[in-house]
Amino acid sequence: MAEDTSSPAAGNEWPLWEIFIRGQHGMSHRHVGSLHATDAEHAIKNARDVYTRRNEGVSIWVVPASQVSASSPSDKGPMFDPARDKVYRHPTFYELPDEAGKM
Amino acid sequence: MATSGITRSATVSETAVFEFLLRQGDNALVLGHRLSEWCGVGPALEEDIALANTALDLIGQAKMWLESAVGEIDDSRSANDLAYLRDAWDFRNLLLVEVPNGDFGQTLLREFFFDAFQLPWLNALSQSSNQRIADIAAKAFKEASYHLERSAETVIALGDGTEQSHQRMSRALDYLWPYTGEMFVDDAIDTHIESVGIAPLPSSMRQAWNQTVDSVLSQAQLARPQSTFAHSGGRTGFRHTEHLGHLLAQMQVLQRSYPGATW
Repeated sequence: MAEDTSSPAAGNEWPLWEIFIRGQHGMSHRHVGSLHATDAEHAIKNARDVYTRRNEGVSIWVVPASQVSASSPSDKGPMFDPARDKVYRHPTFYELPDEAGKM
Repeated sequence: MATSGITRSATVSETAVFEFLLRQGDNALVLGHRLSEWCGVGPALEEDIALANTALDLIGQAKMWLESAVGEIDDSRSANDLAYLRDAWDFRNLLLVEVPNGDFGQTLLREFFFDAFQLPWLNALSQSSNQRIADIAAKAFKEASYHLERSAETVIALGDGTEQSHQRMSRALDYLWPYTGEMFVDDAIDTHIESVGIAPLPSSMRQAWNQTVDSVLSQAQLARPQSTFAHSGGRTGFRHTEHLGHLLAQMQVLQRSYPGATW
């Protein structure tokens, strides 16, 4: 195993990976959860066994969790509040003809 | 009986085909049960689920082999009866698959030895003169390909891992090695099965197996044992290890205690 024995901080845990699966009928990969694995190949195999047992997927992406940059919860107000009262950004003012189907 | 392919012998012995199918089914059933023993106690959640998946693949294969076995002869028993109501001496699995799991590394090394045989074996069986056997083999081949990929990588990772994992894998190798030879021993049933074009001789798988095993062991920094001694008696049913009875006691307890129970 390409283990990092030099870093006791890493402990005995394998690195964490974020898993994205493209479903049979979906168009894009969706985040389905995370798991531990020694490397990317191992993460793909584990994702296959953990997340596609019920025929959920046709493609798997794995991303080291440490490589994900996230917005800060404390910035929630300035980040998201301004969008709250801009109802005109939702296309809810149109009458959809039935023939158009589900949008 | 389906013997549409090239029939080189005048008649196909039904008993031989039945025995042959038992051997396939019992290998998958017993190994599947062994792997299922890891369920809930695997060294990592991910490995636990992966082993359970492999176990389910194997039990599914066992079901197909045993169903075709009872279809082969005039037998009122069902595949379930074969799995849950036979005693140890009636099982036809390799000793390799019945020996205890040991640690995770030993379980995966055993899995690897088995997979390295199954891949070329199932590939050959998918050309069988018996269409039903060919169909089962073709389905099982895909599963076995993934099993082999996974077990080979784990053997390499643990063999070429830490000092402790390497030592454990060396011990597992010494323990399991004498059980690998039985896979390649031909007997009268194999000769008949080969003569009617159902399957090649098990001994003809040796070269492919050696290649896979040598390559993986060397990547795993494990030295291939020199010994050619081989325990046998499992696939002929002559003499199983003492471990099979204990395994069956667990596997069969429900059907033995509540005959015919279903859910």
